Amino acid sequence: MEHIELFFKSIFIDNMVFATFLGMCSYLAVSKKVSTAVGLGAAVIFVLAITVPLNWLLDQYILQPGALSWLGDDYAGYDLSFLSFIMFIATIATMVQLVEIIVEKFSPSLYNSLGIFLPLIAVNCAILGGSLFMQSREIETLGLALNYGIGSGIGWFLAILAIAAIREKIRYSNVPPALRGLGITFIITGLMAIGFMSFGGMLTGGDEETKPEDNSTAIEIIKEDIKQEEAKYKSNLEIAENTNK
Amino acid sequence: MGKDSKLILDPLTDNNPITIQVLGICSALAITAELEASIVMSISVLFVLGVGNVVISLMRNIIPSKIRIIVQLIVVATLVIIVDLVLKAFAYELSKTLSVFVGLIITNCIIMGRFEAFALGNGPWRSFLDGIGNALGYGVILIIVGFFRELLGSGTLLGFPVLGDPIEKTGLYSIGYENNGFMLLSPMALIVVGIIIWVQRSRNKALIED
Repeated sequence: MEHIELFFKSIFIDNMVFATFLGMCSYLAVSKKVSTAVGLGAAVIFVLAITVPLNWLLDQYILQPGALSWLGDDYAGYDLSFLSFIMFIATIATMVQLVEIIVEKFSPSLYNSLGIFLPLIAVNCAILGGSLFMQSREIETLGLALNYGIGSGIGWFLAILAIAAIREKIRYSNVPPALRGLGITFIITGLMAIGFMSFGGMLTGGDEETKPEDNSTAIEIIKEDIKQEEAKYKSNLEIAENTNK
Repeated sequence: MGKDSKLILDPLTDNNPITIQVLGICSALAITAELEASIVMSISVLFVLGVGNVVISLMRNIIPSKIRIIVQLIVVATLVIIVDLVLKAFAYELSKTLSVFVGLIITNCIIMGRFEAFALGNGPWRSFLDGIGNALGYGVILIIVGFFRELLGSGTLLGFPVLGDPIEKTGLYSIGYENNGFMLLSPMALIVVGIIIWVQRSRNKALIED
């Protein structure tokens, strides 16, 4: 059950593109045609499915505070977490190189159509973001990490597929000249993101908020409001009654 | 000298990294709900891109082209770790707000893009100017988006209420103005950038696509 929940959560609720805006550069640049979008999407799923579990192992046994305790008690006190950026990105760069070699070997036509964007998967924020979120959300087991990697990959794939399909059709519509191309793509993505926000309460029944950063600002605003209302309540009962309405 | 100043001025307008080159969008959108976070993010990118461009430019003749991406990533990752640790030491609250997005400067395409397109083929001084120019172009968009989102979303700028007090109904609120909480949600960042692109391209017809 935990696996299914995490899987759907990473596809729909925490969708890489619509909830956290990761991998937007290649999302915008490669989404002009459905066929190339599918190729890149598949590559992203593949790379995420490999790198997230690998980085989970690295995080668990090398980087976390106290993770080195398997080397003996002398090492139990080490905290190498400041190295995580470098370790993660090294894993990712290596894996991308591997994927590049495999794609070039088995599908030269896909290799040519992806062009510069295949090596740029290494700098696709979605890939590094997957590992960093895996770390910050403290995913517990290797199986869940694999699940999370595949799930967020599929989420990214769905997003780029959808926008590519829309962009193929939008050529026939009468968009204001200055908005053509990039501008309208941004606005459509924004509207799609609003749509995806409605998945928020799907699995948790609305218990958990989807976006920690927005959530925290919202809570701060509410807290401030409460403080101000309390202050007023103490000083003037009449005003407090009005504001509580 | 005219050529050098072009390196800084071009990315601010007609060759802006975000609206024209479509690089570095990810971080630009996610952290712009508050003006302060946008400014800190711009400064971080300014540092990483300026220093990184110089380092890569100094090493450009000794990097084997096959492994250049890995070398570039290591340089960026080192600089980003410095930024991350400095933020954690001096602005802990803010580093919590920015969360993973400081780490994601590593994969900010502007940085890799400028390394590939400029620093690998030019001297350190010109690379430095190019880095600063592009980081400023990125920062300008970030600050514009952050400005509008914070102003319309919570009625404040850098945390100071500028439109009056929403509870006591002073200032603009006294005539019935309400904060648009929607501006704080992430999708609106995309739409605001879309509008910036719209405005920019209507003013300069040469930028319009097909």
